[in-house]
Amino acid sequence: MSRFKQKEKRTVPQPPSGSLSDIVFMLLFFFMVTTTMRETENKVMVKLPEASEIVKLERKDLTSYINIGTPVAHLQSQYGNDSRIQLNDSFKTVDEIRDFIAAERDAMSEADRSFMTVAIRADENTRMGIVTDVKQELRKCSALKIMYTARKSAE
Amino acid sequence: MGKKTPEINSSSTADIAFLLLCYFLMTTTMDQDMGLQRRLPPMPDKNQKVEDQKVNRRNIIVVKINSADRLLAGTEPMHVSQLKDKIKEFLTNPANDPNLPEKEEIEIEGYGPCMVSKGVISLQNDRGTSYQAYIAVQNELVKAVNELRDDWAMANYGMLYSKLDEDKQGIVRKAVPQNISEAEPKDVAKK
Repeated sequence: MSRFKQKEKRTVPQPPSGSLSDIVFMLLFFFMVTTTMRETENKVMVKLPEASEIVKLERKDLTSYINIGTPVAHLQSQYGNDSRIQLNDSFKTVDEIRDFIAAERDAMSEADRSFMTVAIRADENTRMGIVTDVKQELRKCSALKIMYTARKSAE
Repeated sequence: MGKKTPEINSSSTADIAFLLLCYFLMTTTMDQDMGLQRRLPPMPDKNQKVEDQKVNRRNIIVVKINSADRLLAGTEPMHVSQLKDKIKEFLTNPANDPNLPEKEEIEIEGYGPCMVSKGVISLQNDRGTSYQAYIAVQNELVKAVNELRDDWAMANYGMLYSKLDEDKQGIVRKAVPQNISEAEPKDVAKK
């Protein structure tokens, strides 16, 4: 019998790591669900203009995108470096916007059609001529809700 | 008693999951599309005779951007940074200047009679204008209207416009309308 208790070597007990994988899996599923893979390949270079009074796009699923800009570097030999319009996956002319809008509209349900928005993603160095043509074409197919996509300016 | 099946070593599942997690963390983009929302005017009906839209001269301010991105508001050339104050002065018309837009008393549901400016901003651009300059001007116009809405909301409800509820926002929108007309494109070269 010892008078003094022998000093025990106390070690901090290891935290149980059994649930670690569960936690990580939960995070993993969150990111898997929220992630959206880019559906279309960008064929034009778009550097968005800056603006401060921008609002969020409300319904992403009801939005069609029109990209305007110069073709990316490896396509310039083929298409030149003039501003082009990209709809979905390919270069299109102004006249083809009508078909594009009609197709997009058909894909929506009847009730949602009036909320359809067309987002114009144009490069900041684009001339307004081509943008005006696009706008006129949109008016002709009465897709009147538009949005000039911009990025938040750092102020 | 049969053989015990050995338990699968699960210590590496966390590592595997981490690896996948890192992959999705890197590839995910939480970007939200932001921008300036606009409503285009409907195409005029060809059969319909062009109505004489008699907008009084004092009620309209023409903002022009030329191909060199220079700006003309009303009659004077100016820099983009000056545009906001010009537009605010135009829309409020504090001194009831006869050259600035008149105000009209409108009955707003849920608020009552209110003096609303009849001013319209007409934005014209050249085909050679850069998109950047165009958006900058659009942004200034929206900013002017937004600030006026904030002022109005502050004076009447003691809150900023963005903090108000839906109904009150609607009232403010009626009291301070955003009348920006994007004019029919004009072919400058033909003139």
